[in-house]
Amino acid sequence: MGPILKMVAQRLALGLLTLFIVSLIIFLSVEMLPGDITEAILGQGATPETVAAFRRELGLDVPAHLRYLAWLGDIAQGDLGRSLASKRDIAELIGGRLMNTLFLASFAAIIAVPLAVTLGLLAALYRNSWFDRGINLVTLSSISFPEFFIAYALIFLFAVQWDWFPSIVNVNSDTPFWERVYRCILPAVTLTMVTTAHMMRMTRAAIINLMASPYIEMASLKGLTRSRIIVRHALPNALSPIINVIAINLAYLVVGVVLVEVVFVYPGLGQLMIDSVSKRDIPVVQAACLIFAVTYILLNLLADILSILSNPRLLHPR
Amino acid sequence: MATAAQNSLKLLGRSPWSARFGMLVILIYVATALGAPLIAPYGETEIVGIEYEPWNAVYPLGTDSLGRDMLSRIIYGARNTVGVAFATTMLAFLIGSIAGLLAATLRGWADQVLSRVVDVMMAIPPLVFALLILTIVGTNLINMILVIAVLDSTRVFRLTRAVAMNVVVMDFVEAARLRGEGLWWIMRREILPNISAPLAAEFGLRFCFVFLTISALSFLGLGLQPPTADWGSMVRDNATLISYGDITPVIPAAAIALLTVAINFVVDWFLHETSGLKE
Repeated sequence: MGPILKMVAQRLALGLLTLFIVSLIIFLSVEMLPGDITEAILGQGATPETVAAFRRELGLDVPAHLRYLAWLGDIAQGDLGRSLASKRDIAELIGGRLMNTLFLASFAAIIAVPLAVTLGLLAALYRNSWFDRGINLVTLSSISFPEFFIAYALIFLFAVQWDWFPSIVNVNSDTPFWERVYRCILPAVTLTMVTTAHMMRMTRAAIINLMASPYIEMASLKGLTRSRIIVRHALPNALSPIINVIAINLAYLVVGVVLVEVVFVYPGLGQLMIDSVSKRDIPVVQAACLIFAVTYILLNLLADILSILSNPRLLHPR
Repeated sequence: MATAAQNSLKLLGRSPWSARFGMLVILIYVATALGAPLIAPYGETEIVGIEYEPWNAVYPLGTDSLGRDMLSRIIYGARNTVGVAFATTMLAFLIGSIAGLLAATLRGWADQVLSRVVDVMMAIPPLVFALLILTIVGTNLINMILVIAVLDSTRVFRLTRAVAMNVVVMDFVEAARLRGEGLWWIMRREILPNISAPLAAEFGLRFCFVFLTISALSFLGLGLQPPTADWGSMVRDNATLISYGDITPVIPAAAIALLTVAINFVVDWFLHETSGLKE
């Protein structure tokens, strides 16, 4: 287990370093502003006194490296600062919305992952048949559709034409679980369609890649059925790339949620972030960015580590 | 030269229907973008009627929230949205491929520095990064093009560096070095021609990605600004019509989808042909 632990430790260290640099970038991006953040917010006409007072309020009279450490320390204690627009506590503003976003992303993942792996296996099993070609065409198309096209097309069909599901997803902390699931179906299906295609294509490619190996030929010469060969012989060895692509897609899902939330007016973190970007409410954008970036990096890190751990060649070193 | 043309014609003759369909769609889009003022019945920002007029003989696709002709705006949108996406992709390729070639040719610390910077940039989700930067520098066209081009050049850098690495070790590059050719000559005349096929395929995919990102930002109200006709913001501005059973707002979104699908079909076939991967 020695070399494997070392590799995992290396990845972890690299991931932590990346997190540190990303937090630095998010913090410093405000410093790169031409002129000063106070001027950008208060406008050109502000008197020197108001600018000075505002700078004190934001703590800009302290050197940057001290402010960075204070900022990081506050975040570690769950204090994300205050919104410039509403003066409310950001942690309070984000809390419920983050849960909503995670709910939507996990809902989509629960549909997308099994669906993608099954479709990928079937496509590899019936390779070059009409089924495979049809799936290939559909996935190639859905990869290239913008999220809002799928979202509005679904709204048009299922909310307006047939009135099965609501087009505006209104949930709050009192909404019962199954009611929440029902209301979230359209956004979840939108996200599923966007992510399934990629995962399914990678699953198919990973299996097909393995099918040329001698041990698979041996299995088929033994007279095993094609489905048994794929599920019992090829799948375990293809697991590493498949797990990797699933984790990467989950990371994508967490970010892709932003657009879908806006279309369905879903009260999630993405919606809050977009609102804050147009209001130029920098502390809120920074906090939301940090949360999205950290989730994205952690999921990618998980992808790396899981693909090391699920690689049979590394698990059983000779 | 004649044989090259004949070869490409022969290649075209063997192309599957999906690639032909893709090329046809791309041609139509390019023609629409170039000839927009000739084809469009009304001006880009001209207010011609009342708001939200339904489809009729005068306004084939009705009018939008300000009473502008939808069809004309969709036609002009081909010019604006596709044009901006094309310019951004070109810029991303310029930055990414030069940096990638430099890293592959120089090796050593230059490669290390560029690669580590790119690693960090790729660790942040692009849409989130773009939103952060646009909040700070303000949302306008030039800022958006620069931000997306720089973010996207990281992917171009990775590919260029990877494929160029295989070429750099070849004997003819060594020969050029011994001949005393400069860095620029080696990059442009010795390496670039040998990596143009994967780069061309990547250009198609990158264009799709940039195009989707720009449309998404415009849809969020942070990309191309009004009154410019643009497909992303047209969807957003007229989205309310959908709840009345009118599919007009979906048309610009479908225009985006059709172009990206078409490009993907062509790239898929191109990769299949150039990689020699005949399944």
